[in-house]
Amino acid sequence: MKFSESWLRNFVNPTLSGDAFSHLLTMSGLEVEEEERVAPLFDNVVVAHVLEVNRHPDADRLNICHVDIGNGSQQQIVCGAPNVAPGLKVPCALPGANLPGDFKIKIAKVRGVESAGMLCSAKELGIAEDASGLLVLPADAPVGADIRAYLDLDDRLLTLKLTPNRADCLSLTGVAREVSALTGTPATYPEIVEAPVGIPAKRAIVLDAPEACPLYCGRVVSGVDGRAATPDWMKRRLERSGIRAISALVDITNYVMLELGQPLHAFDNTKLDGAIHARLARAGEKILLLNEQTLELQDDVLLIADDRHPVAMAGIMGGEDSGITLDTTEMFLEAAFFAPQAIAGRARRYGFVSDASHRFERGVDFGGTRRALERATQLILAICGGQAGPACEAQATLPQRQPVCLRMARLAKVLGVSFSAEQIGELFARLDLTFKREDDNFIVTPPSYRFDIEIEEDLIEEIVRLHGYDNIPSRAPRATLSMLAQTEAARPVSRIRHILADRGFQEVVNFAFVEESWETDFSANTAQIRLANPIASQMSVMRSSLVGGLVANVVTNLKRKQSRVRVFETGRCFFRDTQGTPVKGFRQPWKLAGLAYGSALPEQWGCASRNVDFFDLKGEVELLLAPAVACFERTAHPALHPGRSARVSVDGNAIGFIGELHPQWLQKYDLPLAPVVFELDLDALKLARLPKYSEVSRQPPAVRDLAIVVDHKLELQQLLDGISANQPAIVRDVLLFDVYSGKGIAPGEKSLALRIVMQDTQRTLHDAEVDAAVQKLINYLQQAFAAQLRV
Amino acid sequence: MQNLDQIALEAAAAFAATDDPDALEQVKARFLGKNGRITEQLKGMAKLPPEERKSVGATINQAKEAIEAALNARREAIRRLALERRLGEEYLDVTLPGRRESRGGLHPVTRTLERIEALFGSIGFEVADGPEIESDFQNFTALNTPEDHPARSMHDTFYLLDENGQVAEDILLRTHTSPIQVRYMQAHVAKYAHLETMPEIRIIAPGRVYRVDSDATHSPMFHQVEGLWIGENVNFADLKGVVADFLRRFFESDDLQVRFRPSFFPFTEPSAEIDVAFISGPLKGRWLEIAGCGMVHPNVLRHVGIDPEKYIGFAFGMGPDRLTMLRYGVNDLRLFFDGDLRFLRQFI
Repeated sequence: MKFSESWLRNFVNPTLSGDAFSHLLTMSGLEVEEEERVAPLFDNVVVAHVLEVNRHPDADRLNICHVDIGNGSQQQIVCGAPNVAPGLKVPCALPGANLPGDFKIKIAKVRGVESAGMLCSAKELGIAEDASGLLVLPADAPVGADIRAYLDLDDRLLTLKLTPNRADCLSLTGVAREVSALTGTPATYPEIVEAPVGIPAKRAIVLDAPEACPLYCGRVVSGVDGRAATPDWMKRRLERSGIRAISALVDITNYVMLELGQPLHAFDNTKLDGAIHARLARAGEKILLLNEQTLELQDDVLLIADDRHPVAMAGIMGGEDSGITLDTTEMFLEAAFFAPQAIAGRARRYGFVSDASHRFERGVDFGGTRRALERATQLILAICGGQAGPACEAQATLPQRQPVCLRMARLAKVLGVSFSAEQIGELFARLDLTFKREDDNFIVTPPSYRFDIEIEEDLIEEIVRLHGYDNIPSRAPRATLSMLAQTEAARPVSRIRHILADRGFQEVVNFAFVEESWETDFSANTAQIRLANPIASQMSVMRSSLVGGLVANVVTNLKRKQSRVRVFETGRCFFRDTQGTPVKGFRQPWKLAGLAYGSALPEQWGCASRNVDFFDLKGEVELLLAPAVACFERTAHPALHPGRSARVSVDGNAIGFIGELHPQWLQKYDLPLAPVVFELDLDALKLARLPKYSEVSRQPPAVRDLAIVVDHKLELQQLLDGISANQPAIVRDVLLFDVYSGKGIAPGEKSLALRIVMQDTQRTLHDAEVDAAVQKLINYLQQAFAAQLRV
Repeated sequence: MQNLDQIALEAAAAFAATDDPDALEQVKARFLGKNGRITEQLKGMAKLPPEERKSVGATINQAKEAIEAALNARREAIRRLALERRLGEEYLDVTLPGRRESRGGLHPVTRTLERIEALFGSIGFEVADGPEIESDFQNFTALNTPEDHPARSMHDTFYLLDENGQVAEDILLRTHTSPIQVRYMQAHVAKYAHLETMPEIRIIAPGRVYRVDSDATHSPMFHQVEGLWIGENVNFADLKGVVADFLRRFFESDDLQVRFRPSFFPFTEPSAEIDVAFISGPLKGRWLEIAGCGMVHPNVLRHVGIDPEKYIGFAFGMGPDRLTMLRYGVNDLRLFFDGDLRFLRQFI
């Protein structure tokens, strides 16, 4: 809520400077979000009366003016403003004045004519953008008066960021009440007297939905002048509160809303037919609102209707057809209480909010409804003339304020600080909270303007708020010590991140909502999870893979001349799954994905340069999974090159994939080289192993190397699996140490060099049995894989 | 005798004139070899009368030992020279860079999250996690924010479409990490239902959250850390103590100013906003909003089956993105989600 500080200080004026005042509000929970001066600093500018205007002899556009600056003194001022004219009251900067922008006014000659000062536009004073001519002041502006005082330019504009519970502060008097409680400075409120009833005109009021609208007050005022001018003081206050002045009648309703917090509505009485009904809309019923929007209503929207039509969306916005105009002479003024739950969310549903709905959905003081009607009537009669009819009122059951009990012990338990009964009583009194004391309990009945005091904690908050959060000590807590669990057979995600970082990968965080095409390209996802209200089309689908984001990282970094990219991300991926938990219908597993692009190693003198390939990244994945040993099997994946991709599994469970990006995506995403990517289930990576001791053999191992030639499409894994199922007992390990094809090897074949390590834990092996074991292996390889021994 | 001394001197001079190990062995043969001059002398002894042989033999042996000593000394000298020559040749430019992979790094926000986890871990807070696609109920209703509550407009929520392209009524992207505390409390209550008094809950819950908002200071996806401490005696003064302690440790600044001011969250009461002000640096003296907190609302406790008369506690929520920005002087939130390596590498 935005308002003028000087208006507020009309109601309560503590001896606090601007900054201290803002601090006080902020520290009481009414956060001052913004404070601005009405005008920049300047001095020596007074109200001047233009007496005489004569054309400058040597300049077409300049005039020589004689102005009265008060105290009977006159000045000659050369002025170029087109609107200068005898009789006007305008601001005049006197010699010696300092204007905004470090502009000093001196006596000077302008084209040979002496000029003692300057007549000012609004822009020159820094109070508005208008530089088209002099700022013309009202005819009754007192000549010689300091313009800052006259226009209240030392005022500040405060914007409060009010939390939804503090509807009671959505008005000047509400804030004043709060300031009074905080400072102990008494507040004065506008004096409201019942308007004299001059005409008998009335309207029947029917509360058809008494829970939604339990109180409705209204009155006819006739003979008003819809074209009456809004007084300057009111206009200024409205404008400084961010509300544009429209016409006197509208301005008055807005003014009273700002002053007292009660939204009002003014109907043109001649456009109403019969009784006023506060009723729920019939489904499908339509209304044309003042904002020129036509709404088709649902049946939980509260309406104000006459006998024939809806005339307003109650508490939200009036109807266009029944609204007042400049020609209105007979009005019907509404002040009502609409229950928060009858208003809440309704305006938002139709895509707008109004000052009225903002207040009603948070709670408007139902104890002040009638007063607001009288206050507005008072101002209408004074400003627009006319005669008031009797106030009509219909009332059903108003909200009941239930007494709330505060136990002193509970207060101490929640805050960690004890308060004496006297302190509590004093704080409640300052807040105007009436209470009954029963032993150590305070029974408080909240006032009608507070919608946020329902339970004990609410009272505790009031106590501590007024006492000052700063005055509660900041204390190191005491707790029972017990150690946190440390599962050795699991490793935290941070460990995995650190391994990758140490291996040269940079962690990134990409958005979880992605472009739809990524889901198609990289996951062939046909059960996409779309956002109902995406912020942009390239962020419209929840990702089921992290790969798209990493590929995009490569693209952006290439644009920034980063030619080598190694990145990884951990994050949730999202799948539709009827079995999904804990949120039904969705599976949201954590994944880890990594990508390497460009040279295998950073460019350096000591290593031959080559591009990263499948096996570089496979090595990283193997390291990451160690001591678990993963199995890699050829697989088809929409994101990946069919010949250069594998499914990764551990202990027979598929945990992810690895491979080169499919050539078609290189083209589409404009990548000169192929990135290699992997994506793994993070849960699988979190498994670690509890080490288990086994005896170390003291016997020397026997080692034999074998080179065999096999078909070039034979997969090593197949060979190793075969060996391990058929190997003699003394074989401990079979390692591949070279793969060769080319000169000396027939096309379509490859040579594999294997190192066979044999050992017995108990005894030294004899050459004969070693040779026999190797021969047995050779026989197996020949038989099973048509391997030829290479000599 | 003179003859023998002469031979020894000659041998020493010959050795000294030799630089090469092979040549040295040839020089040695001239004196000590089969036909060497010392060997000749020894052969000559046979002609001497037996009574002289002993003393002459001793003299010859002396000369022989002197020659051998000179030879060994020369051998050692030659070896040393050779080593020196080799070492002089075996030269590396030690200023050439080492052969290596470069190091990667963690995302700056991860860095912050790890520090947060470690700091809270040091006083017994465990890390909890929860789903990002969340039910409307857990995200709002269970946190005392019923439908149409004005506080819901504080959160601009992303909703999802169902398989038929209709807005899914009860599903959203979580707008804060607070639903994690609800899920955790429910699980905790169930786990310890058999005990008369359940153990304390002390968790922090970091994660990504989503709101319909995008400009220089807002990202539609950002991070939050939720903290929760529930026990039999946890109060507002403790909350102030824990949060202030954390902030001072996090920023490594004992004189960091921390203030709590009243605020409103539907799921805490009393509620506070936490501001910090640095006493030096570019942000010196400005109050910066850093977290929200409060005592857990009794309705939230009741909802998860905890008796608010017996148990009490506090919760807080912080923005690790903002903490990271303040900690490292980053001035644009969007940099965190842009994947620009030139930016990210600064945090290695």
